[in-house]
Amino acid sequence: MTEQPMVRFDNVSKRYGALTVLDGLNLDIARGEKVSIIGPSGSGKTTVLRMLMTLETINDGVIWVEGEPLTHMQRNGKLVPADLAHIRKIRAKIGMVFQSFNLFPHMTAMQNCIEAPITVLGMKRADAEARAAELLDMVGLSEKKDHYPSQLSGGQQQRVAIARACAMRPKIMLFDEVTSALDPELVGEVLEVIRKLGREHDLTMLMVTHQMGFAKEFSDRVCFFHAGKICEQGPPSELFGAPKNERTRQFLHAVLEAG
Amino acid sequence: MIWDWAFAFEILPVLASAAIVSIEATLIGFALAASLGLVLAVVRIAVPWTGWTISVLVELIRSTPLLIQIFFLYFVFPKFGVVLDAFTAGVLAIGIHYAAYCSEVYRAGFDNIHRGQWEASVALNLSAWTTFRDIIIPQAIPPIVPALGNYLVALFKETPLLSAIAVLELMQTAKIIGSETFRYTEPMTLVGLFFLAMSLVSAALIRSLEGLLNRRTMR
Repeated sequence: MTEQPMVRFDNVSKRYGALTVLDGLNLDIARGEKVSIIGPSGSGKTTVLRMLMTLETINDGVIWVEGEPLTHMQRNGKLVPADLAHIRKIRAKIGMVFQSFNLFPHMTAMQNCIEAPITVLGMKRADAEARAAELLDMVGLSEKKDHYPSQLSGGQQQRVAIARACAMRPKIMLFDEVTSALDPELVGEVLEVIRKLGREHDLTMLMVTHQMGFAKEFSDRVCFFHAGKICEQGPPSELFGAPKNERTRQFLHAVLEAG
Repeated sequence: MIWDWAFAFEILPVLASAAIVSIEATLIGFALAASLGLVLAVVRIAVPWTGWTISVLVELIRSTPLLIQIFFLYFVFPKFGVVLDAFTAGVLAIGIHYAAYCSEVYRAGFDNIHRGQWEASVALNLSAWTTFRDIIIPQAIPPIVPALGNYLVALFKETPLLSAIAVLELMQTAKIIGSETFRYTEPMTLVGLFFLAMSLVSAALIRSLEGLLNRRTMR
């Protein structure tokens, strides 16, 4: 591969006390690649996203973003733990959408979408509003821009959250079980927005999901996590069609049975 | 007759002007308590290594009588070259004392904010300052207005302690009138009634502020 990866997990480990959540993770994600992470709960899959978003610190290894270390910085040729300024600089390339939406309840949909562009990127209010209006239009919520989160359905809230994340123009978008908190009939509208985002933008996307059908159809690569490690990975056709690993087979069998 | 209306009306203007001093002390003291308390609570979260120091400081202030703190600022500080007039020393002591209580109230307010709000702020790369100013504080304040309001009323009722360092507030003025005329019934009753009226008024104001904030945030 000539081009350096967009994201590289280099032997990354995460432990909580005696519990090892991720054990020496090595994972490269190419620019524009759509990667789905599946696996049983407790397999460490959400932790991967949370470490990349710097919501969790790591115990070992280095995370790289576009060839620059995220968790560390170079000083006198050595890698030392990153300070906040460095983390904020690299973190600007990453956006995240959460399972529980996490919209700011005291702000309208529009205010949610312009807060960070104005305060972090220093955009003028008018420019930020114009951009937010485009994004709210993209997620199909132009007419709800002055609504507060509590006035919106779960699916609508999640679509606002996607627009809000996009307003910061990230290169990498993380989706953490974004449809798990939704009523079944609202899942489709959120997945449709993610599909659109994948088509219209040259985004690198990394998602933890339980929607096997969507993972199969949408992603370039699927990683199956088990007990803090990537157990098996490959194109969805292979991983879903002909899983090589016994654990993958068991998991897919159990999930497809249920769903 | 025990109650002399003529005397009561005669001392009313003097007491009224003293009441203004009491109200001033309350408002300045509470403004100090509310803002310093907020600063303490924010710093405790934003700069984790200060946590222990601030806890000790807050505990020290809350566990010693306000009267001692007032005396300390007024009589002991001059020994270290810090000379304050009685009103300043008194209001400062009251403000700092109640800041310790208020900081705990703010802390409870911050603790009630869902973790997802902090995480969304990180994901949007907001600075710590912006996160507090725009995300956390606006959500944390409305639910704690009643608790802060209780401290406003409590602080107000403690302003008579300033009479101990001869600030000419209501209590001190009433004492002076009493010792000059040997009539305590009217001045003390009037002072009591004044505190009662003011406490009721501020409680009503806080209730309506609470209602206003709830309407604005609970849409």
